[in-house]
Amino acid sequence: MLSKPPSTRPLGAQAPSPAAFLQARAAWRWPEILFWISAFGLILLFPNRHLLLNEIAILGLFALSLDLILGYAGIVSLGHAAFFGVGAYAAGLLAKHGVSEPVTGLLLSGAAAGLVGFLASFMILRGTDLTRLMVTLGVALIFHELANRLDWITGGADGLLGISVGPILGRFDFDFAGTTAYTYSLTATFLLFLLARRIVHSPFGLSLKALKDNHLRAATIGIAPNRRIVAIYTLAAVYAGMAGALLTQTTQFVSLEMLDFARSADALLVLVIGGSGYLYGGLIGAIAFKLMKDTLSAMTPAYWIFWMGFILVILVLIGRDRLMATLARPFAPLLKLLGARRP
Amino acid sequence: MTLAHQTLALQTLGLSKSFGGFRANSDISLCVARGARHALIGPNGAGKTTFINLLTGVVPATSGTVRLLDEDVTRVSQQGRVKRGMARTYQINQLFADLTPIETVGLAIAEREGAGARWWSRVGQNSAVVDEAEALLTRMKLGEVMMWRTATLPYGKQRLLEIALAMACKPKLLLLDEPAAGVPEDERHDVLDSVEALPQDVTVLLIEHDMELVFSFADRISVLVQGQLFAEGGVEEISTDPRVKAVYLGEDAHV
Ligand SMILES: Nc1ncnc2c1ncn2[C@@H]1O[C@H](COP(=O)(O)OP(=O)(O)O)[C@@H](O)[C@H]1O
Ligand SMILES: [Mg+2]
Repeated sequence: MLSKPPSTRPLGAQAPSPAAFLQARAAWRWPEILFWISAFGLILLFPNRHLLLNEIAILGLFALSLDLILGYAGIVSLGHAAFFGVGAYAAGLLAKHGVSEPVTGLLLSGAAAGLVGFLASFMILRGTDLTRLMVTLGVALIFHELANRLDWITGGADGLLGISVGPILGRFDFDFAGTTAYTYSLTATFLLFLLARRIVHSPFGLSLKALKDNHLRAATIGIAPNRRIVAIYTLAAVYAGMAGALLTQTTQFVSLEMLDFARSADALLVLVIGGSGYLYGGLIGAIAFKLMKDTLSAMTPAYWIFWMGFILVILVLIGRDRLMATLARPFAPLLKLLGARRP
Repeated sequence: MTLAHQTLALQTLGLSKSFGGFRANSDISLCVARGARHALIGPNGAGKTTFINLLTGVVPATSGTVRLLDEDVTRVSQQGRVKRGMARTYQINQLFADLTPIETVGLAIAEREGAGARWWSRVGQNSAVVDEAEALLTRMKLGEVMMWRTATLPYGKQRLLEIALAMACKPKLLLLDEPAAGVPEDERHDVLDSVEALPQDVTVLLIEHDMELVFSFADRISVLVQGQLFAEGGVEEISTDPRVKAVYLGEDAHV
């Protein structure tokens, strides 16, 4: 039995103690540190790409928020943009009506989205994946329609105009190159990532994995799923709302696009590309997704959507893991070190 | 009556379950004394697993009552029954494929201790939980493999983990649904030994086809046939009952 190398035991003569083994799951690995140093290093490098980098950071945060429910709790969603949109409109309305300091706006917008997520979570407690897909999609459609109809608040199809965002903490003004914007979005994403990382390695995080893995057995050992699902769904909504708020604040504009179905789909695609359940999938996927979209739309302005779709179909059919393993062997160990399962 | 009541770990009264028109359990009234080693036997499809599902609340009963330690739990949730001291294993493994045994068992212990929803501490930091999990796994002959992914464990080890996971809930009443089912011969001993070695203060209701195990383990046997209690008695009584032999033991039983 011992001749067969166990998959989760690190190579080496001495097996670690159970406590050390368990806690090692939460230890920082050097590629993670490298990842964040590079991300912050880009503030100094490529100053003319900061607007794109800002969008990547925001998409990464949004996908990370979806990963919290999909990758950790196994809750599928086709309507995650609802929370992104609520956060985006909340930030816009706050800025328009006097709360111009971005960090304050960001926190309040996250809270607003969290409240909506909390209420919506009760609709996805029961039911199959299919019903969850439908319910989440439906909620997002309702918010889209509300934003469209309540044009005296939201500006309707024209979008919310007259947003003026002040300097961050009263000190750092947004600039046209997007340097402040990227620094701001990346910092927010990093801090939220740290919190998420802490949570997924906690007993609560482990119980979510158990619920995802085997709902029946989780109940059989006494885990009551509802409160935990409400908690993680609410947290994910806060994250999504903050991503939306960041986009509003850094672009000073909100439109119905924030609530588009395509945005929910994008987040899912990002996780398909980057993988789910190890927190970096959303961030890496966002980079790949944006760069692919950028490159393809520059190469073939008329057909980029076709090629994007083509690549995604290939990705899903062949499997991201196998594709990674064959096309990008040097990249695979890196992903593994970041904590991805079966890179 | 009261005296008899107090010594019962489990009592069902007229417990029934229908799936559509099919009566999988009909009118089962069964008593299991505290500290008993009670076996429930019967041919395949008799409704034994359904009975366990009714006891644990996995499926709701159509009618009848379940009393656990003198408390009516018929309408209590699965989790509530676990908290009140009922734990079970599954005939078909229900484990967390992606987790390791140490995580799996730790999860159940943390949950039992009310520490399962902590979101700020790290898994593995709670040394009371880790130590208990390690001790339990070692006792259950899972010490060597406690850091393996469960999906990669040999089948016999997975069966042991089923029992360990139920024991992690510190049950007063343990329901074992064919613990040795399908275990290859070379791993069988470990499973049988673990069942034999269960602590005496835990009441056990055992479903099993292995008659050797049943007769050596049980002090009382109930026979279920076509959803109904067919016979009940001591080991001697049941093993020599010609009616039981006829419907159940048949020619392939090792009696
Ligand atoms: N969820 C269900 N829906 C319909 N029929 C079921 C269900 N569960 C069990 N049954 C039926 O009930 C009968 C008893 O099954 P079971 O309790 O598994 O028997 P045993 O464990 O004694 O082999 C079988 O005929 C089975 O097909
Ligand atoms: Mg059965």
